Amino acid sequence: MMGARAARRIRKRRRSGLAFGAVAGIATAFGLLTLALLIGAVVIEGAAAFDLQFLRSFTSRFPERAGVRAGLAGTIWVSAITAASAFPVGVAAAIWLEEYAPDTWWSRLVQTNIQNLAGVPSIVYGVLGLALFVRAMGAGRSVLAGGLTLGLLVLPIIVISSREALRAVPDSLREAAYALGATHGQVVFRQVVPAAFPGILTGTILALARAAGEAAPLILVGAVGFIAFTPTGLGDPFTVLPLQIFDWVRNPQPEYRQLAAAASLVLLIVLFVLNATAILLRNRWELRR
Amino acid sequence: MRPGTEGAHDRTPTTESLFTARSAGGRRERFVSALLAASAAATVLVTVGLVLTLIFEAGHFLVEVGLLSFLLDSEWTPGFRPARYGILPLLVGTLKVAAIASVVALPIGLLTAIYLSEYADRRARALLKPLLETLAGIPTVVYGYFALIVVTPALRSVLPGIEVFNALSAGIVVGIMIIPMVSSLSEDAFRAVPRSLRDGAFALGATRFEVAWRIVLPAAASGVVAAFILALSRAIGETMIVAIAAGDLAGLSLDPRIATQTMTAYIVQMSLGDTPRGTIEYQSLFAVCMTLFLLTLALNATSQRIVRRFRTVYR
Repeated sequence: MMGARAARRIRKRRRSGLAFGAVAGIATAFGLLTLALLIGAVVIEGAAAFDLQFLRSFTSRFPERAGVRAGLAGTIWVSAITAASAFPVGVAAAIWLEEYAPDTWWSRLVQTNIQNLAGVPSIVYGVLGLALFVRAMGAGRSVLAGGLTLGLLVLPIIVISSREALRAVPDSLREAAYALGATHGQVVFRQVVPAAFPGILTGTILALARAAGEAAPLILVGAVGFIAFTPTGLGDPFTVLPLQIFDWVRNPQPEYRQLAAAASLVLLIVLFVLNATAILLRNRWELRR
Repeated sequence: MRPGTEGAHDRTPTTESLFTARSAGGRRERFVSALLAASAAATVLVTVGLVLTLIFEAGHFLVEVGLLSFLLDSEWTPGFRPARYGILPLLVGTLKVAAIASVVALPIGLLTAIYLSEYADRRARALLKPLLETLAGIPTVVYGYFALIVVTPALRSVLPGIEVFNALSAGIVVGIMIIPMVSSLSEDAFRAVPRSLRDGAFALGATRFEVAWRIVLPAAASGVVAAFILALSRAIGETMIVAIAAGDLAGLSLDPRIATQTMTAYIVQMSLGDTPRGTIEYQSLFAVCMTLFLLTLALNATSQRIVRRFRTVYR
């Protein structure tokens, strides 16, 4: 039979276990509550300024007339350029690493390098964009320079997520194709890549969502918040939603802070749509397998 | 490196020999594989370009100012005459914000990871994880807005004497931003600890807390430390939150209540200003950027090394 001391000890251990579980639960709740508080603050503050007029107008010296048209258009332009530049290179690099690369010092260097690039602060990419695209390539403070800079930023993310998608393709598929006499290229491009494509696309969309929220590298490339036109070509100056938010939030007038909240709301909606698309793609893909 | 990143090399030897034999033919196949290899090489070129740019641009500055005074001077006053360019105040500001962020993110992130991996059931986890990841997807300018409009006024009502722009508010919000990073990387480490270890402890009569704290946490320690370091690196490189909420006073003070300039915030300030290119003032931007790059690179490399060297492999 259990002594009284042992029973006390067990009760104590149970109690401390429960207490710890509660603390861990509270910590988890903290993150979620903050998320709710943040979204709540943006919605409550921003809803007043958020209407169709706000989406259709350019920024203005008069807060009641200001809108995010230039930022929204710029974000779409920049994202398109980012996707067009980073997607082919990133996916090709991933295919090489997963399906072609021999195990040499070089392929290991490429892998390590991509891991390191993924950890470089975004603002540092701005410096590279400034030197490479704005100056050396002569693109100036254009939407092209901005899009390419963010392309560099998301390149490692696209490589890493595409590799994961390729790795998820079962080897049996490759072996079956070889058994039917397919060449290596046929196996990769007719079986493996199509099978991995939804996963690659999902990763790319998530990477673009990351790029759409970036402001720091674009500040270095020379983009500013106060732009009252939309780009008509690759060489035009531009602004993006995050830069408009930055511009407005720094303005001490309360009306501008409201605009910053409304623009944040627009940005969050854009990101929500992108993420929902990615999740939808992933779910459909998982259903099919 | 995570298990499985070896990629193509772990295929069965029969498949391997098959595809070398096949791809030896076909000019088109060789062209395609060269194109793929070139893309992979391009990712290395990004790093080379980055390093060359930083060396070239920061080189001018360091020759002019002198490496020693850059590293040791205790003043950062680019606007004054004579200007002084000691990185220490910006470094102190950066570490101050990162330290505040760590105080918020490390315990909360770790506890969240323990909750998700050891306490929550499958359904709760399926609901909570995506929500927490949403926190990581919020753009940093929106966090900056949150810091300035919500957190700072709240802090000012509790702690009198806190400035409008201050390190504390920015640091707390940076911490909130990196919680999901700490929690999801730590959780990965916890989940790599095999079930049998937990089952063994439970069989000996351990409580859930004892299993989590004395069995799982020590077994996953290297992964948790690696997660902490990566999160710290992320906090150091964070830009928009500090540019919006922390202010622009470069100083050696450790007081979290006052305006504080970090390295990243200085880079933003310099890029937004109308300082002419080619001036030493403008070039200081690149020297700061290089310091930031080296610091985060060192932290990331340390984190990777810890994972590789101290990972306990369970069979």
